[in-house]
Amino acid sequence: MADTRLKDRSLFDPEIMWPAIWESFRKLAPRHVIKNPVMFVVEIGSVLTTLIWLRDMIAPAPGSQPLWWTFNVSFWLWFTVVFANFSEAVAEGRGKAQAATLRKMRQETNARRLRNGKGEEIVRASALRKGDTVVVEAGEIIPGDGDVIQGIASVDESAITGESAPVIRESGGDRSAVTGGTKVLSDRIVVRITASPGESFLDRMIALVEGATRQKTPNEIALNILLAGLTLVFLFACVTLVPMALYSGMSTVSVTVIVALLVCLIPTTIGGLLSAIGIAGIDRLLRKNVLAMSGRAVEAAGDVDTLLLDKTGTITLGNRMATEFIPVDGISAESLADAAQLSSLADETPEGRSIVVLAKEKYGLRGREVTEIGAHFIPFSAETRMSGCDLDGRRIRKGAADAIAAHVSELGGAVSSQIEGITHGISDSGGTPLVVSDGNKILGVIHLKDVVKGGISERFERFRAMGIRTVMITGDNPRTAAAIAREAGVDDYLAQATPETKMRLIKEEQAKGKLVAMTGDGTNDAPALAQADVGVAMNTGTQAAKEAGNMVDLDSNPTKLLEVVEIGKQMLMTRGVLTTFSIANDVAKYFAIIPAMFMTVYPEIAPLNIMHLASPQSAILSAVIFNAIIIILLIPLALRGVQYRPIGAGPLLARSLLIYGVGGVIAPFIGIKLVDLVLEAVGLV
Amino acid sequence: MTLIGWIQILIFALVILAVTKPIGIYMFRIFEGDRQPLPRFFGPLERLTYRLCGVDPQEQQEWKQYSVAMLLFSAITLLVTYAIERLQHVLPLNPAKLGPVPADLAFGTASSFTTNTNWQAYGGESTMSYLTQMAGLAWHNFISVGVGIGVMLVIARGLTYRLQPGAPRTVGNFWVDLNRSVIYLLMPFSVVVALVLVWQGVLQNFSSYVDVTTLEGAKQTLAMGPTASQIAIKQLGTNGGGFFNVNSSHPFEGGTPLANFLEMVAILAIPAAQTYMYGLMARDTKQGWTLFGAMAILFFMGVTTAYYFEAKPNPVMQGLAVDQTAGNMEGKEVRYGVANSVTWATATTDASNGSVNSMHDSFNPIAGLVPLLNIQLGELIFGGVGAGLYAMLVFVLVAVFIAGLMVGRTPEYLGKKIESREVKLAMLYVLIFPLIILYFSGWSAVAPYSLSSLNNNGPHGLSEILYAFSSAAGNNGSAFAGLNANTPWYNVTQGLTMLMGRYLMMIPVLAIAGCMVGKKAVPESLGTFPTNGTLFVVLLVGVVLIVGALTFFPALALGPIVEHFVALAGKVY
Repeated sequence: MADTRLKDRSLFDPEIMWPAIWESFRKLAPRHVIKNPVMFVVEIGSVLTTLIWLRDMIAPAPGSQPLWWTFNVSFWLWFTVVFANFSEAVAEGRGKAQAATLRKMRQETNARRLRNGKGEEIVRASALRKGDTVVVEAGEIIPGDGDVIQGIASVDESAITGESAPVIRESGGDRSAVTGGTKVLSDRIVVRITASPGESFLDRMIALVEGATRQKTPNEIALNILLAGLTLVFLFACVTLVPMALYSGMSTVSVTVIVALLVCLIPTTIGGLLSAIGIAGIDRLLRKNVLAMSGRAVEAAGDVDTLLLDKTGTITLGNRMATEFIPVDGISAESLADAAQLSSLADETPEGRSIVVLAKEKYGLRGREVTEIGAHFIPFSAETRMSGCDLDGRRIRKGAADAIAAHVSELGGAVSSQIEGITHGISDSGGTPLVVSDGNKILGVIHLKDVVKGGISERFERFRAMGIRTVMITGDNPRTAAAIAREAGVDDYLAQATPETKMRLIKEEQAKGKLVAMTGDGTNDAPALAQADVGVAMNTGTQAAKEAGNMVDLDSNPTKLLEVVEIGKQMLMTRGVLTTFSIANDVAKYFAIIPAMFMTVYPEIAPLNIMHLASPQSAILSAVIFNAIIIILLIPLALRGVQYRPIGAGPLLARSLLIYGVGGVIAPFIGIKLVDLVLEAVGLV
Repeated sequence: MTLIGWIQILIFALVILAVTKPIGIYMFRIFEGDRQPLPRFFGPLERLTYRLCGVDPQEQQEWKQYSVAMLLFSAITLLVTYAIERLQHVLPLNPAKLGPVPADLAFGTASSFTTNTNWQAYGGESTMSYLTQMAGLAWHNFISVGVGIGVMLVIARGLTYRLQPGAPRTVGNFWVDLNRSVIYLLMPFSVVVALVLVWQGVLQNFSSYVDVTTLEGAKQTLAMGPTASQIAIKQLGTNGGGFFNVNSSHPFEGGTPLANFLEMVAILAIPAAQTYMYGLMARDTKQGWTLFGAMAILFFMGVTTAYYFEAKPNPVMQGLAVDQTAGNMEGKEVRYGVANSVTWATATTDASNGSVNSMHDSFNPIAGLVPLLNIQLGELIFGGVGAGLYAMLVFVLVAVFIAGLMVGRTPEYLGKKIESREVKLAMLYVLIFPLIILYFSGWSAVAPYSLSSLNNNGPHGLSEILYAFSSAAGNNGSAFAGLNANTPWYNVTQGLTMLMGRYLMMIPVLAIAGCMVGKKAVPESLGTFPTNGTLFVVLLVGVVLIVGALTFFPALALGPIVEHFVALAGKVY
């Protein structure tokens, strides 16, 4: 299966560009444009000026503007709408490319449906309903979303995750969910279908990336209202200018000029790019392999106040590792290491392997084959709570302190007085002590430690700077949890967590008005995932977890939550800076258009033409052209998003205000002057 | 510009700064304190009023009930005033035997006083009987202020209250707010100011008019009357309706430099103090000082511009035998000079006061633009009593929404999220104001029945029309003069403009309070958009100027701005 991810697609991939150009003209249809009040006003203006141009061509009214000029204004007004459409089409195009690949997977397959105890029948996958059970064998495509209820199989999920390594799916537990369209590589499983056709994960994913189900997010709605309000304000300002101009002695007021003024004043830049910003936000998540079920979830991610992070897998590497051998009673460290290694040679647990690795790295002890040296391996049992080996009459054991103590006493040995101090010390630091004995003699202690992921505390530092509180969730006892929390640099921890305490924590935070984000994979995480404002389910997780969350991480990497938050913030910021930029632009546009408009009745107003634009016609046309072109120039920013810096809200705001507010006032002065110079150079004015 | 002029402006600003905190604390105790100040003194009066009116002061209203009470009260007081005006010929206290006030003027005047505008299209002594003046008009100088304070308190409560989940979303009691603002704030302050003014030689008598022979030998009749008491509430309540026709430029209204100064202070004292009270309500006085800071910057921008241009000679009089070293002295009192005249003009239009001590119509074009623009920004530079703070708070919400996104969070103010409903209401507020001003100004600029009122044509005439409707919509009440406003067209349109500029804008404010009061407040963090500090001051000033002024820029370009360039070119209309 093809890699469906868009990671490597450049911003203006020709595969996306060409359809987008076509699409941006198709979107000129009023029923599409009306969804965007700002652009709808521009479109009405374009129609008006075009009609005036046509009228002037057939029967020029006295005192009307030159034909070439009216044509140019209406041409650029049309292109203002086209450019806005283009930004949206490019953003959507990226999703569409992905949806096309996904759709190929949804090819019609046959399913082997189990009849109630009477063998199986072949049906079309689309005929499957919720609750049906089907059999899938090696080489077959799983016909729909469901849970494995019998058997175990390796499944190729690369179509969805892009990850080529097969994953194991088995009945019961947290790895029972399978996705329609993925392929079974080995064995045979029985799957109970959990989604009816058209509602499957794949269907929803296609709809999402295509933008078909895209609804405006709360923030987008509010911003749209603000923009519509500003548009109305400027509409009044421009329309009422007509009687005032007539009062001032202008014989006629050119509708083309009024429309040009209006379009330049209304916030077309943000109005044109707003929808692209939203789509691009979801797309950016997708490229990180996170599937957001709604734009609302992405927006909520930007607002998150508290992050709940599972210790295992997110903060620590997931397994405890041996980090130190502490000998007692004059035993040399080497002989302790040797015994520890021997006891762990056949121990396939991660802890056991880490002991062998430590012995090799620190004391140069090479791994030996258990069978070669004739050792007899004693596996761990819940009864003895020890493991080890018997070799040449030596009985080497390792285990919990009390188990080994009992074992040694039984053999007539004495428990070293040092042991208690050492094991307590290790426990206090968040580690786990393993005591090693040889016969009836205790050799020392192995320090097993939860290893915190590299760079994680820097990441938490970043979050603190963003004003986000991190809470570590762990099943460990409070003492261990505190030690790890300290080392990782999280703000708080929840020890001995159960699904209930986790749920309670979320509700408490929410009662304080905070937004909570968390990750989860198991079925018992589902209620908490549903309760959290942003719930990222792992793709390896159960169907229940995936249903409950509002995002799915296809890579199943819990650390991804951090990126999700940054993308949410980026999306909100991009909207904010472009709004500020758009409004700040108006100052320069006034200085271009107002003197040009009234030059005929009040030639004394000339000093207001501070840009020294060539002529009134050039001034107005330059402003209109700048206004259109700036949309195209800002598409990359809208799609990529402004960079988020965790420097605290105050400095961040100061930075953005300086770049986009002050810059937004200055930039159009330069831009309009440049367009004016070009128009003059090509001899258009 | 002179050093002494600047020193006076700075002293004025420092005195406003000095009274902000104490009056702010006093106001907080009146409206939000557990016990009101001076309970022995004012308490019985307050309780008596409740008993007479059957008001339960403990009862709390939600925003809709509050709005209904406020609107009903305003409607009834409007009708009462209208009725008194129309029936004054059959009512007592009409020794001059004045006839009924014409319907259009009666409507315009009733609207004017009910809305705290105090636009006067008539000469008081020749139109209104004593009863009309006292029972119809003067009374509004107090209660219309109380209504404004009430609305301001509601939005302040909406933004700052932290309600328990499930608690009723109440925002106060209109009758209590109204009553307290009159008893604890306006009446005692008026008495104090009136006494000081009397000490400074402002008239306060019931004598008949005095005939005198002037030094030049001419005969002159001096008008008398209970002036000081009127002036006090006129200034304190941002009312602005003068006792004499020339308002505070009259020697018996403003008299001494100290009286003039105190009257200026009285314009801005309460509006400035509101910011501190708001800071106390927000449990963070920096929030209040931030608003104060933004207002102060806008004040200085206005006064500096006005002073700079007014200190220049009047271009029209260039070449005539007129000494213009003192600046443009046309329409000014010599004892005030340019500095005190522009400071007053700035203050009276920053606040929706409308009293004048010089003629704004005679200002140089750009200096005259300052009062006009001050009003058009929405009367939020300190602003009217009550009205100024709620106008600024609406702009705060707009500013927080636009810029708040830039820190990567859903915008929040004082921990409460600003969502689409609040944005909708705030935009409604921002929209209504330019709509009514530009709509009626545009109409008046072309209709023959309105143009016949103009004394000037050309850009100055347009400025006069714009000023009239801006003043009405902003409930300011000052006039650019040069426009005969006592015509059916202006009486009716001005009356409507004042009512819309008041109540159509109050409703969204009250509704915002209703939305915000029940919202959960998110605790502040490093990621929270800071709304208390220099950065926000700058941002707020920028948003007020860009959103507020950009709307009017095209119209202003055809009025004062073009007049400036035309006058420089030596052209007169």
